[in-house]
Amino acid sequence: MRANRKRRLIIVLGLVALAAVAVGLTLYALRANINLFFTPSQIAAGEAPHDRTMRIGGVVKKDSVNRDSNSLQVTFVVTDFAKDVEVSYDDILPDLFREGQGVVIVGKLDDSNEFIAQQVLAKHDETYMPPEVAQALKATGNLPDGSVPSS
Amino acid sequence: MLIRILPELGHFALILALGMAMLQASVPLIGAATRRPLWMAFAQPMAWGQFAFLVIAYLCLTASFAFDDFSVAYVANNSNSMLPWYYKLSAVWGSHEGSVLLWVLILGGWSFAVSVFSRRLPRDMLARVLAVMGWISSGFLLFILLTSDPFTRVLPNVPGDGADLNPLLQDFGLIVHPPMLYMGYVGFSVVFAFAMAALLGGRLDAAWTRWARPWTNVAWAFLTVGIALGSWWAYYELGWGGWWFWDPVENASLLPWLAGTALIHSLAVTEKRGTFKNWTVLLAIFTFSLSLLGTFLVRSGVLTSVHAFANDPSRGTFILVLLGITVGLSLAIFALRAPRVQSLSGFGWLSRDSLLLINNILLVIMTVTVLLGTIYPLLLDALGLGKISVGPPYFNALFVPLTVLLCIFMGLGPLARWKRMPGRELARRLGLAAVIAIVIAAGLPLLYGGSFSLSVTLGLLLALWLTLSLVRDVFDKTRRGRTGKTGGRGRLARLRKLTLSYWGMVLGHLGLAVTIVGVVMVSHYNVEKNVRLSPGEQVEVGGYQFAMTDFHERRGPNYVADTATIRVDRPGRASFTMQPEKRFFMASGMPMTEVALRPGLFSDLYLALGEQLDNGDWSLRIQIKPFVRWLWLGALIMAAGGLLAVIDRRYRKAPKRAQAGARGAPDPIEDADMAAEGAR
Repeated sequence: MRANRKRRLIIVLGLVALAAVAVGLTLYALRANINLFFTPSQIAAGEAPHDRTMRIGGVVKKDSVNRDSNSLQVTFVVTDFAKDVEVSYDDILPDLFREGQGVVIVGKLDDSNEFIAQQVLAKHDETYMPPEVAQALKATGNLPDGSVPSS
Repeated sequence: MLIRILPELGHFALILALGMAMLQASVPLIGAATRRPLWMAFAQPMAWGQFAFLVIAYLCLTASFAFDDFSVAYVANNSNSMLPWYYKLSAVWGSHEGSVLLWVLILGGWSFAVSVFSRRLPRDMLARVLAVMGWISSGFLLFILLTSDPFTRVLPNVPGDGADLNPLLQDFGLIVHPPMLYMGYVGFSVVFAFAMAALLGGRLDAAWTRWARPWTNVAWAFLTVGIALGSWWAYYELGWGGWWFWDPVENASLLPWLAGTALIHSLAVTEKRGTFKNWTVLLAIFTFSLSLLGTFLVRSGVLTSVHAFANDPSRGTFILVLLGITVGLSLAIFALRAPRVQSLSGFGWLSRDSLLLINNILLVIMTVTVLLGTIYPLLLDALGLGKISVGPPYFNALFVPLTVLLCIFMGLGPLARWKRMPGRELARRLGLAAVIAIVIAAGLPLLYGGSFSLSVTLGLLLALWLTLSLVRDVFDKTRRGRTGKTGGRGRLARLRKLTLSYWGMVLGHLGLAVTIVGVVMVSHYNVEKNVRLSPGEQVEVGGYQFAMTDFHERRGPNYVADTATIRVDRPGRASFTMQPEKRFFMASGMPMTEVALRPGLFSDLYLALGEQLDNGDWSLRIQIKPFVRWLWLGALIMAAGGLLAVIDRRYRKAPKRAQAGARGAPDPIEDADMAAEGAR
């Protein structure tokens, strides 16, 4: 019985140690891989870090989409109607990407405050506004009527 | 005339179903507590009636879709007169209200199945199981009637035509993926109900696990297929060629799967050895709670994804409250009723018991890490601490090493004996398998890709380790001399003697090996190139020549498509053409990418049209995806394993015998089990 109890103690201690390691690793991995969200205004104010993956959101500014004539390189401006961010992207844009549409972009900010996009997300629903974008627009008082934020 | 009032009939049927669900939830429970047979017997007819009215309600909604009744708001928002009939029928679950109705319908179906197939259960047990399912059903029926009524009319200004089903959903995937996934999600309610009934009845021996095991396996198999279908659908529909994005919605389905996988293993231990009793009950509670959490995440609109429909917050709150009640109440019952006497039978450091314990611990850790990564952003957002997202690197960094660990122990598990296994014997039996696995895994990347790759070797090593250890086990189990016979025919006869549940385990584990091969190969040898192409031009990617030979417009039933014809050449092979499309849906005005696929067991060619560029060129996504089919093939094999274990004869014979010893120690059941296996 004593041996049994001792073994149980070892098992419990082992489990606790394992759990502690697991939690530690998880929190570390979580911290290293969190993508913060920034609005164009926050970027203009210098709140966003450089060379770290993050997400930005806003509306694609009218007449700002510019394509390179030889490659897939494309640049456009994302705005919250107070401040703008230049975005460049070297991939295929999603079906619902168009000017005047709300988008969320994953990527990094380079030294000249241009946003190098890795992924552009445009929701598959014309009346939909990504919640982050809706909030960003609300903050600048520019949420257009009729757009339905999802939250 | 009847057609005109179908929505009202459906609504009325839902109310009747709710009434029956409430009776099913309460009367049998009181009957079981006060030992009144008539009250207990109430459960079955109520379950049948409830299911019947749910079917009626469901058919009414389906009919409204089929007959284009746009006076029903849900139909007007999710259908269109031009929509092909098969999408009209599956558009029923294309959005929030209908998908919750499907959820409840399937729950009613499971309750019905339990009441039909479990007549051999002790009367009070069956009464309690059905009562618990009645509670769940009542909760969700209330949810439908109070917040998500699919039969609401838009009167008097009836729209002339519907707004159309989201083009993304107009696909074969919509027809199969949601029902399969829901069969899995909701199926876990059965094992949950069994666990609750066992707790309530104070009958927490191993008997309930024997009854619950087949149900759990079936639910797990459906969930496996559902997840695989979702991954396959995303692969060809979204146009990116990805098959798993660690999207919160995908995680929501993975969570109950991980917990459910742990559950089917711990159920096995409890049934066979009578240990892990409390743990199994807890896992049953958690698995179903994670199913509910998945429903909440997907249906509440807290997530930005293809699954989150524009939604009002009261719905999210309602499901969250349901989830809270379920978790809180079931844990409270567990705390009050769980047996305090620990099982006395111990086991050695190295034994099947200990290996299954490790399996459970690892799977639970995996569940927790995925759960954390999924809800952490939501928690921060709800607390107003900022908007963040957790990217795939987080999940990969944790999930991959944990899977490696899991697979190492998985190779050992099937060969280990219950209670105690000498390490030396295990090493002797598996040494050869390990050596062969290492040699092949190190060599294959050289042969396939031309250079050594550590990640590919590691992945293949795991897959081979799983496979070869199973081969070794089958070999040992059919070895000459075990039954005294000799000769090759003897081995075949012995092979036939292995039980179906054993083969189920073999297939389940092999399926994972196949999936791992798929994951490793497609992640490492994936070739991807985005190009500009105009008619007449050609481009070389991964040894293939892609030439755009033609470009034309085409009319579909409810869309217009720009179709590119691409000729693909490879030296020494016959050339063929592929036709990726960009579809423009007329009712909603939305564009959609229709991928062209050339599937193959060892490699897929994947072409997706991007957009038309200024000078008439088109952007084109070209991908070569080796072994991508193995991902889903493996999942299908796993599911087949789960189902095979269910048809094992002992489950059909067992209940009668188990009933006699239900209140006793687990030993009689174990004996009956042996007898059943011996009798074959």
